[in-house]
Amino acid sequence: MAARAEDLVAQVPDGALVALPPDYSLPSMAMVHALIRRNARGLRLLGVPVLGLSADLLIGAGCVAEVHSSAVSLGEAGLAPRFSEAAEKGTIKVVDYTCPAVHTALQATEKGVPFMPLRGVLGSDLVAGHGDWQVAQNPFSTAKDPILYVAAIVPDVALFHARWADEAGNVWVGRRRELATIAHAARQSHVTVESIRPGDMLEDELLAPGVISSVYITGTAVAEGGAAPLGVADLYAIDDAHLAMYAKRARSTDGFQQYLDEFVWQGRKSSLPA
Amino acid sequence: MIARLIADAKHIAVGAASPIPATACELLRAQGKPIRVTRLHKRSGNPFTEGSRELFDLAGQGRIDYFFLGGAQIDGEANINLVRAEGRRFPGSFGSAFMYFTCRTILFREEHSPRVLVPKVEFVSAPGWSPPEVARRGGPVALLTGKALFAWDRERRRFRLESVHAPHTMDEVRAATGFQFDDGTATATPAPTADELALLRNTVAPRIAPDYPDFAKRVWDKGQGIN
Repeated sequence: MAARAEDLVAQVPDGALVALPPDYSLPSMAMVHALIRRNARGLRLLGVPVLGLSADLLIGAGCVAEVHSSAVSLGEAGLAPRFSEAAEKGTIKVVDYTCPAVHTALQATEKGVPFMPLRGVLGSDLVAGHGDWQVAQNPFSTAKDPILYVAAIVPDVALFHARWADEAGNVWVGRRRELATIAHAARQSHVTVESIRPGDMLEDELLAPGVISSVYITGTAVAEGGAAPLGVADLYAIDDAHLAMYAKRARSTDGFQQYLDEFVWQGRKSSLPA
Repeated sequence: MIARLIADAKHIAVGAASPIPATACELLRAQGKPIRVTRLHKRSGNPFTEGSRELFDLAGQGRIDYFFLGGAQIDGEANINLVRAEGRRFPGSFGSAFMYFTCRTILFREEHSPRVLVPKVEFVSAPGWSPPEVARRGGPVALLTGKALFAWDRERRRFRLESVHAPHTMDEVRAATGFQFDDGTATATPAPTADELALLRNTVAPRIAPDYPDFAKRVWDKGQGIN
């Protein structure tokens, strides 16, 4: 398995609907950086259910046309500066969600049904922003009972990070099993991993519950530290100082470009074809 | 103050940007209250094995009593806006449009000013009330700011000023609130007791610091208590 993050993102076409996990749930920063280096354009990001540093980097680097998410934020480090500016200037299209609506739309795809109902949300201005949501009468109730129907969402690609892949092509995400829903729903799933384990993790009773079967996995590549500066449980923690530093630099376009040069391009810019 | 508001809870969930509510919940636990506190963004030993989806499923079934929500804007009908205000883009609605329907909700925002507490929000992330045919178990209970505590009057769909935190005054609260409210019976907010402050510093702070490092540093490293 000699694939690199670069090889995986080469299969992500411009304009794709790309499902990404939040900063706290195994984002593949290795693939986010690789997308920026391959000069991806017109991506439509789907936050499952929210986004952070990964989206802010892609937006700032000009890779993104649309953001579909319940929120974009850097958590304790504050607002996501590149997202906020792009949304305020209208250079990206933002489709606002509420978290459970994203999960529900992916669960519908997982089950192969066209929509699923969701309680709440009625009376929110979010409803007006969605051609893919409908308010309908609960067909099982004789009393008036309006309920939201959320259309299924099929991401073109899911990108995330995992602790291990094995020789059978399965990946282990541990308790982060919401990633399984993303993988089940997406047409393709590309996963960077910390390392490769020998054998087949589905043969191991203790590991199996945290495994996403190779049925759903399109490609894997080893990227040690591939979630950094975000974290992988028990291996390395979120680098809060780095996030605070990013939040500060990304307030200006110049500061953001310097950040990209230092942490994403890392001197590789000149060696790549234009 | 938050700890007193939610003292009857059995299961409270606390979100990502909520260090002060998380602190209140830990204070209740430190006082020996048998409550379950689910901290969504606990970095190690996270309570969920299916991510935030599990939180919404729990709430959807009615297994969570209390939740906390804030807002870039909050209006007099308890509508909250987490999306945009005065040309500025904010992070987004998160789970508010669902959690507000499913849990008793404490609205919490430290900033108490006319730009936050507005007559009418510019965008309704989640509505403060719903017509009777809409299934809704949860909704606003109270609005707590850095200056005052309001109770929500469900029948009248209005906030009622309950108490003002020293050193702020009733006139100050009136001037800083952009919406109409009832203020007949407001008193002074009782200060935290010496016991509460000691518990916060000695027992609660170490439990909060791993998940809200910046907050813990800001509040406790300077050697001052919080309420």
